[in-house]
Amino acid sequence: MMLRRTIETRGPPAAEVAGMATPAWRVIVFVLGIVVLATIPFVLKNFYIFQITLAVIYAIAILGLNLLTGFNGQFSLGHSAFYAIGAYTAAIMMDGFDISYIWTLPAAAMVCFVFGFLFGLPALRLENIYLALATFALAIAIPQVLKSSLVEHWTGGVQGISIIKPDAPFGLPLNSDQWLYVYTILVAVVMYVGAHNLVKSRTGRALIAIRDHPIAASAMGINVSLYKSLTFGVSALYTGVAGALGALAISFVAPDSFTFQLAVALFVGLVVGGVASISGTLFGGLFVLFVPNIAEHFSKGLAGAVYGVILLLVIYLMPTGAAGLVRLIVSRLVQQGRASGR
Amino acid sequence: MELFLHQVLAGLATGGIYACMALAVVMIYQAIDHLNFAQGEMAMFSTFIAWQLIQWGLPYWLAFGATIAISFVAGVAIERVVLKPLHNAPVLSHVVAFIALLAILNSAAGFIWDYTIKSFPTPFGNGPLFEQGLMSKHDGGMIAVTLLMLAFLYLFFRHTRIGLAMRAAAANPESARLAGIRVGWMTALGWGMAAAIGSVAGMLIAPVVFLEPNMMLSILLYGFAGAVVGGLTSPGGAVLGGFLVGIVENLAGTYIPVVGREMKLTIALFIIVAVLCVKPSGLFGRPIVTRV
Repeated sequence: MMLRRTIETRGPPAAEVAGMATPAWRVIVFVLGIVVLATIPFVLKNFYIFQITLAVIYAIAILGLNLLTGFNGQFSLGHSAFYAIGAYTAAIMMDGFDISYIWTLPAAAMVCFVFGFLFGLPALRLENIYLALATFALAIAIPQVLKSSLVEHWTGGVQGISIIKPDAPFGLPLNSDQWLYVYTILVAVVMYVGAHNLVKSRTGRALIAIRDHPIAASAMGINVSLYKSLTFGVSALYTGVAGALGALAISFVAPDSFTFQLAVALFVGLVVGGVASISGTLFGGLFVLFVPNIAEHFSKGLAGAVYGVILLLVIYLMPTGAAGLVRLIVSRLVQQGRASGR
Repeated sequence: MELFLHQVLAGLATGGIYACMALAVVMIYQAIDHLNFAQGEMAMFSTFIAWQLIQWGLPYWLAFGATIAISFVAGVAIERVVLKPLHNAPVLSHVVAFIALLAILNSAAGFIWDYTIKSFPTPFGNGPLFEQGLMSKHDGGMIAVTLLMLAFLYLFFRHTRIGLAMRAAAANPESARLAGIRVGWMTALGWGMAAAIGSVAGMLIAPVVFLEPNMMLSILLYGFAGAVVGGLTSPGGAVLGGFLVGIVENLAGTYIPVVGREMKLTIALFIIVAVLCVKPSGLFGRPIVTRV
């Protein structure tokens, strides 16, 4: 039987590392992560806090893309569209209707879920490259639609919309950058826990089954069409929430911030972080935000070339992304641990 | 009716550009089984090489031939150096490698030849082909060369041993290897040919859109669209698809009032998606059949 897998994610299970059982190891990493995240707003300058906030926002957007591509096997080069819809939903609510920023996230989530679900329906008929092209068309279309005179009254046309950065509530001694960081982290934790639970659930197994073998999945009684379009909706929801957060963080939205280059960046973040890896998306977010800056640092004129070379090197060193590399190292450590234990 | 005919003719002229690019896209799809996002930038880079050769005083057709040869070698080299090491990586990593290539070529071209717009000579002359003046001689020449390339490719893939071997290597690498075909080199050859065809496309397009590092971004998109509408497995379909996209784009811009100039691209793409929803493998493509 020949089965062509488009996405390979298998890695040996990380049973134990250097004698420690996995739960203990995981808990240590988790606690360390929390400590680092909690100290960041108090030791770094505002600009770096802002950048890390953005990286986490990108990570959430990439997580949305990963649910679709990594776990459900549907390609998308158009997630900048959902990011834009989320961002504009937040901006229009705050600027046009004076609604508190707290409510923009659920609203962006709902709007993007509906958009994603509806786009997922025709996408059911398209596979691989055809789906990539259709979503790419969406990414190209969105800036033009946002600029068009039909919706100019709402979107502010080419000018975009400026919004005011929210201040910390309850009189917390934080400036707006610090508060936005805390807010983003809180939202991110909810989103990541949600994604983790979704993937580990019965539904998540259905998604993975559809990715690995749609025919077998439908033979097992999985409603392939429903799950595929639902995944599209959930994926758009995640990216839309990220978009709304991004609008808050930058406090400005304009059509040209959401070109297909954003879609390509999200896709790069997905692959570099690791396809079908939830924690890998954090690395992806950092990569998407910082590597272009680093490349520019090397050489102004050749920034694009340096970026390309870094990207190639990363792909050579980690063909399965950062998550794949970590899995590989962990499994090596496990083997060594076993060998020395004997 | 007059306006309609004029728009169709103008659409055919721009469609010629897309058809050219679509042919290059399909060519590489045949060889490597996925779309190469760096294709447009490869063509742009080749065109810059041709421009440089002409600047150095070479006659047009000599520069034309030399550029094709250089592009072919460069295409093979890119496959060997950049993509061969990724042989076993997942498909998505390949796509990222294409994106990296795109960034490198675009930025390098801007660095070497800067971002000012350059004009590129045409061998066919600039006068109108018919009296109405909607289609220039260059447009006519471009369409003729595209059709010529198509015929050449058809003969190559249908009637030569190496063409057959390339098709086999793309369709079923394992079986092809067992039959004694050097699959790796066939892929490299495919890249070389795609780069060569891309260079021809670039040199034909450049007199119309002018030469600069970002000239190919939207054209490649139309090329993809044309290729997908026509069917990625059919070079003839791709060329026809390219013309169709050109015509549809022009007609939509003229007859749908909201669309106007800026939304032309959007509408064209949505029509394409609509076509795909009805016929998922393109108008002339073979339906995808997978073994279970």
